[in-house]
Amino acid sequence: MLKRIVSGRIVSGIQSIGHRVIESTWRLGYASRFFILVLLKSGTSLRRFNLVVRELYFTGVLSLIIIVVSGLFVGMVLGLQGYETLQKYGSESAVGTLVALSLVRELGPVVAALLFASRAGSAITAEIGLMKATEQLAAMGMMAVDPVARVVAPRFWAGVISMPFLAAIFSVMGVFGGYLVTVIFIGVDEGSYWSQMQSAVDFRFDILNGFIKSCFFGVAVTAIAVFEGYDAPPTAEGVSGATTRTVVTSSLVILGLDFILTAFMFRGVS
Amino acid sequence: MQRTTIDLWVGFFVIMGIAALMILSLKVGNLNVYNPSHSYIITGNFENIGGLKVRAPVKSAGVVVGRVTDIQFSTQTYDAMVTMSMDGRFLFPKDTFASILTSGLLGEQYIGLAAGGDETMLKDGDKIMKTNSAMVLEELIGRFLFDKAAEKDSLD
Amino acid sequence: MSMTPETLVEVHDLNFSYDRRPILKGVHMTMQRGQVVAIMGGSGSGKTTLLRLISGAIKPTSGYVRFAGEVVHELNRDALFKLRRKMGMLFQFGALFTDLSVFDNVAFQMREHTNLPESMIRDLVLMKLHAVGLRGAHHLMPNALSGGMARRVALARSIALDPMLIMYDEPFTGLDPISLSVIGNLIRRLSDALGMTSIVVTHDVQESLKIVDYVYFIADGVIAAQGTPQEVRQSVAPFVHQFVHGEEDGPVPFHYPAQSYSRDLDLEDSIA
Repeated sequence: MLKRIVSGRIVSGIQSIGHRVIESTWRLGYASRFFILVLLKSGTSLRRFNLVVRELYFTGVLSLIIIVVSGLFVGMVLGLQGYETLQKYGSESAVGTLVALSLVRELGPVVAALLFASRAGSAITAEIGLMKATEQLAAMGMMAVDPVARVVAPRFWAGVISMPFLAAIFSVMGVFGGYLVTVIFIGVDEGSYWSQMQSAVDFRFDILNGFIKSCFFGVAVTAIAVFEGYDAPPTAEGVSGATTRTVVTSSLVILGLDFILTAFMFRGVS
Repeated sequence: MQRTTIDLWVGFFVIMGIAALMILSLKVGNLNVYNPSHSYIITGNFENIGGLKVRAPVKSAGVVVGRVTDIQFSTQTYDAMVTMSMDGRFLFPKDTFASILTSGLLGEQYIGLAAGGDETMLKDGDKIMKTNSAMVLEELIGRFLFDKAAEKDSLD
Repeated sequence: MSMTPETLVEVHDLNFSYDRRPILKGVHMTMQRGQVVAIMGGSGSGKTTLLRLISGAIKPTSGYVRFAGEVVHELNRDALFKLRRKMGMLFQFGALFTDLSVFDNVAFQMREHTNLPESMIRDLVLMKLHAVGLRGAHHLMPNALSGGMARRVALARSIALDPMLIMYDEPFTGLDPISLSVIGNLIRRLSDALGMTSIVVTHDVQESLKIVDYVYFIADGVIAAQGTPQEVRQSVAPFVHQFVHGEEDGPVPFHYPAQSYSRDLDLEDSIA
């Protein structure tokens, strides 16, 4: 009897795992189809670029404050911590290298993308979800205007364009923050801060790769945000759930993608 | 909000983004010193490269003049073949002497070039003939002890 | 059913199932040009599904909808979008674009589908807004409008390209009595003035009987009754009577089907 109950539990446990796998695979396929649909219907937003410009304001300009302030503080903390550690080995002049490499390779693209997901990504999801819940998307379809081309695609492209800029601004602010703390406050030699940085940071391997990373993150975050918004159940709970899912899913995807991209980019460098 | 205000802000944002990318490339990455589009490739065989890595700088008189782009092991000569991409602005004579040096006592390793006196210059694809291997600490210590022992023998 | 030149919408033996659950079962309807038709029925009876089928948003399981001589579900995407320019739809709460002003909402279709110069669009938009009495509100954003005003703007938006058919999905829900009769009168007036056919899906019996030419009652996916408002008011059919007079019990029972009450309370066992 007990044996039967236990084996029943195991079977139902395995069933629920199977159910979840099937469900998430289906959803992934559905999301990919939607992504391709968005790309195919991007003609309108590229022809009428002022639609994208309008969304650039909401995704890019409105994210500026948080990106600038966070970048500055991250750079200042990096400078402070790096200095504390490096001075034990008498190589505090390498602090510029540490700050710049950490920012350009990893922290710039990753932290900027995380902030972008929670600032702009969630806003995109909430906006599209709300338009769906209030039947604005259906109304647009009835007026013979495709909501994917008119609403989704401009937001997608605006996000894709904003992300690399935001990551670069984040890194520059970080380098400046590190400079502020180590050179101005602590008194590390200004010349060695910049020159050590410049001799260690490579354009192709560090800056270009960081830029490529941020482009990937931009596509991933905005694709997730527009999909969750478009797919949200048309109710208040549905939209709020979708907004949360956007932030959680994009954060996980950013970190996972970062590992994969880093592994590919620095494979040849021992 | 007015169209023109939005346009203004977006323009400001785009300019700021491009400026940030420029600062990263020029000020942080120092793109202007080393421009790979005007570069030439030379190679050199070293008996022992020690801890030299790809992307290590090639310096002459302390100035970066190129970078290591590839390190291969040659099965014909049983030594290391190092490929260097050199800044096109700097040309070196054919009998230039390349040695693997270390910055500081424990710092990273780089290739140092000491110019020779030859009339002809190194061209793309040329090979540096005169090379000097990396100093390996264990060998140094070993040679030191051997010399000491030999000194003692000769005294006896 | 014959297709006279006056017929704009013909619904022929329409069946629609969702997940094998039948929503509509063999529905027949005809609507003439310029007619105002009400479709009534309880919640979940398939009224909104019918509108979605007429607009081509979903495909029927069998049967067809013919609009202006074309079978809607046989059209490809481009042809369907072309056809939809001849249709307008007023959604339950207006569905105005919240990021556009009242003016831009009404101008939306003109800007998307025509190459009219901006000065002409301006005149047209103000004319449409004037028709619903809101010319003075053209600069407002939708969140500054009351429910009744939002619906009037949405009405102006849906007649922007002078459609042949306009569908109203529950236009009277949640309105105060004044706004309610304003919307009701607008539906009638605009239909007459522009020669449009109007389909009003509603369960507001009294308001709609005042303005429509013909009524269909839908219950459980079939047309339970139909007729002119006059016939409907005098109808003795139990369902129509219950619906028109809002009686609690009748052919639509108050109680959800259940087993015997006394058995549910375990009374029968104790008696036995």
